[in-house]
Amino acid sequence: MKGRDSISEGGLSELRREFRGERGDLIPVLQRVQEIQGYLRPEAIRIVSRWLKISENEIFGVATFYAQFRFHPPGLHHLRVCLGTACHVRGGEQILLTAQQRLGVDTGETTPDGKYDLDRVACLGCCALAPVVAFDQKVHSQMSVLKIQRILDEHKSA
Amino acid sequence: MNTRALDERRQKAASKWDELQNNRVPLIYIGAASCGLAAGAAEVQEVVENYLKKNGIEGRIIQVGCIGPCYLEPLMDVQMPGKPRISYSNVRPSDVPLIMESFFEKNEVAESRLAGHFGDAEFDGVPRFFDMPMLKPQVRIVLRNCGIIDPDDLDHCLARDGYLGLEKCLSMSWTEVLEIIKRSGLRGRGGAGFPTWKKWLTCRETPSDQRYLICNADEGDPGAFMNRSLIEGDPHAVLEGMLIAAYTIGASQGYIYIRAEYPLAIKRLKKAIVQMRGVGLLGQDILGSEFSFDIRIKEGAGAFVCGEETALIASIEGKRGMPRTRPPFPAVSGLHGKPTIINNVETLGTLPHILRNGAEWYAGSGTETSKGTKTFSLVGKVRRTGLIEVPLGMTLREVVFDIGGGTLKPFKAVQTGGPSGGCLSEEFLDTPIDYEHLAEAGSIMGSGGLIVVDSDTCIVDTAKYFLGFTQKESCGKCVPCRVGTRHMVKLLEKICDGRGELADLEKLEKLGRTIKNGSLCGLGATAPNPALTSLKYFRSEFISHIKDKRCPAIVCKSLVNYRVVAGKCTGCQRCVSVCPTGAITGPRSEPHNLDRSKCIKCRSCYEICRFDAIAGDAIIIES
Repeated sequence: MKGRDSISEGGLSELRREFRGERGDLIPVLQRVQEIQGYLRPEAIRIVSRWLKISENEIFGVATFYAQFRFHPPGLHHLRVCLGTACHVRGGEQILLTAQQRLGVDTGETTPDGKYDLDRVACLGCCALAPVVAFDQKVHSQMSVLKIQRILDEHKSA
Repeated sequence: MNTRALDERRQKAASKWDELQNNRVPLIYIGAASCGLAAGAAEVQEVVENYLKKNGIEGRIIQVGCIGPCYLEPLMDVQMPGKPRISYSNVRPSDVPLIMESFFEKNEVAESRLAGHFGDAEFDGVPRFFDMPMLKPQVRIVLRNCGIIDPDDLDHCLARDGYLGLEKCLSMSWTEVLEIIKRSGLRGRGGAGFPTWKKWLTCRETPSDQRYLICNADEGDPGAFMNRSLIEGDPHAVLEGMLIAAYTIGASQGYIYIRAEYPLAIKRLKKAIVQMRGVGLLGQDILGSEFSFDIRIKEGAGAFVCGEETALIASIEGKRGMPRTRPPFPAVSGLHGKPTIINNVETLGTLPHILRNGAEWYAGSGTETSKGTKTFSLVGKVRRTGLIEVPLGMTLREVVFDIGGGTLKPFKAVQTGGPSGGCLSEEFLDTPIDYEHLAEAGSIMGSGGLIVVDSDTCIVDTAKYFLGFTQKESCGKCVPCRVGTRHMVKLLEKICDGRGELADLEKLEKLGRTIKNGSLCGLGATAPNPALTSLKYFRSEFISHIKDKRCPAIVCKSLVNYRVVAGKCTGCQRCVSVCPTGAITGPRSEPHNLDRSKCIKCRSCYEICRFDAIAGDAIIIES
């Protein structure tokens, strides 16, 4: 879904069919916009603002409150390291550190070639198999610093 | 559709279920909840599919939810015609052919990876699955269908008495239903433990043209997954509970506020809601009664504070998820200013069972003040991790040691209630798990996260972790929480870095008390708990960090060093190849050098040296 054209009038009319355009739709609408475009562009926020009659300032205020919303283009692949409590006590921190080293980026950044972004996540709910990471949609369990290196190396060379 | 139409559907469902129990074709069950999938269930299923296809075997694959012992994932069960369902654990794709061949070619029960069978009677010397030490002490009420039924099949749910509780509910007045819930002693399973009936009565008695019911599935406690498992394994139990609650409080619109991090649970709910509409369990005049109700799903956008009732409401209204002062409580003035009840997933999931089996039956488990059962996610350094359900009043020792099998290294502590709870030491192991006893110990019941830590876990680091979490998740509205938690984190960081002073401990305690007393909502009011209980029960560990500049658990990075033991190092160069910073050097077959100025303490060398056959356990971490 990523990388599709910006919310043109056509794209928005799709949203208009899905939502009633109420104030309470703001967050689900932003979630859909992000699903379609990969992140929240200023132009998209402007369009949503006019549609839902909520100021752009307020929309930014709401969007920045929630961890899910991004304001920069995402990388092609998305690595999320879980740092829930179970993952933390089983060494999640070191896995994040290793991923940072391997990708050469900090948490929340995208590699210069735009291929990978790295994030931490509060909990993926697979605590019994900690530590876990999610690489794109796939959750990998019982990670170790060696396993994360292998996953990234194999993916890079593939 | 009236009750009769549902009854007919139920009868059909019953014979379908019966056929499944007395199957004529082989059945393969795959535990395909999020945890199972993370462990590789999809890969296992693929091999099974290929095997059946290649050998022209007419068999059926059924995906089920999580049955509890996640440490045994992926779980795969085989049920041959006329035989009980037999479960295999930790199944790797490469194990599948051997298991399949044994059943299909040799007509024998496969022995490798065998976990147990599901039958009631003895079978072929195979142990019973539910006799396993992790499962035997449990009482499965809420989780009774999880891992047993196909959660995507409404018939499975109906055949196992799904929506019978609702039918019973609709045949009574709301006051009668409320009375049953009152007698059952059910208290809110989200953490605070407020009597469910009391909250409902307040809502019902507030005059209004519209009332709302919200299912709180924003399971924010990092380290807890009870709600996810229940929704993934038995979504209709939660939805039936919502109908019962809505009927009693007089709500016509319901919401499920669920974390976006749970995509499978969301998918299951969406599907279940469509199924409900199909049989008249949602919409106008449900089952021919005058009760009308509908449900909308709202996905959370990643904010822990939205588990707090008023913040959750703000989020559904499309605003920043910031709590407001109470009163008025949501039961009086909630969503859009209307009376609103917010119940946790597990509270709702319990209701059908109470309605079906009666208040006294439910109150038969538990203690005087804490009735019934509670689900917990038992995780951390315990041997047997997973989802459990136990009667309230069971001791922490029974849960950690009998069910969880204890820890590999010596037990140190158990954290209940997640970032809002407390860290309890060994002396509390005989504490019964109920709302009162846990509060007395300085912790809380919470939603059900139980994190066990052993001697390899640093208590100061864990306290820093929890405070760091709540500090990041603080919404920033009130000063004690916004500023106070930040200072607590700074102080804990200082101690972990070996820069701490003894006076910092008093500062932490004073700050903690102030934050608890002065914060607006539950997040701030409980945020200091992990640090305060750790300080109380593990003070010596803090003092080691401050006075001796030592981390006894060898965790705090600033206080540990990595070293190559020259006499043990075989010079195999495995560590050289994994070191991300080039800190380890040395020619092959000669002891390697570790340059501490380059070492980032990422543990890669330590792991490869420990677990690789040709390396020799030559790298040690010391403090």
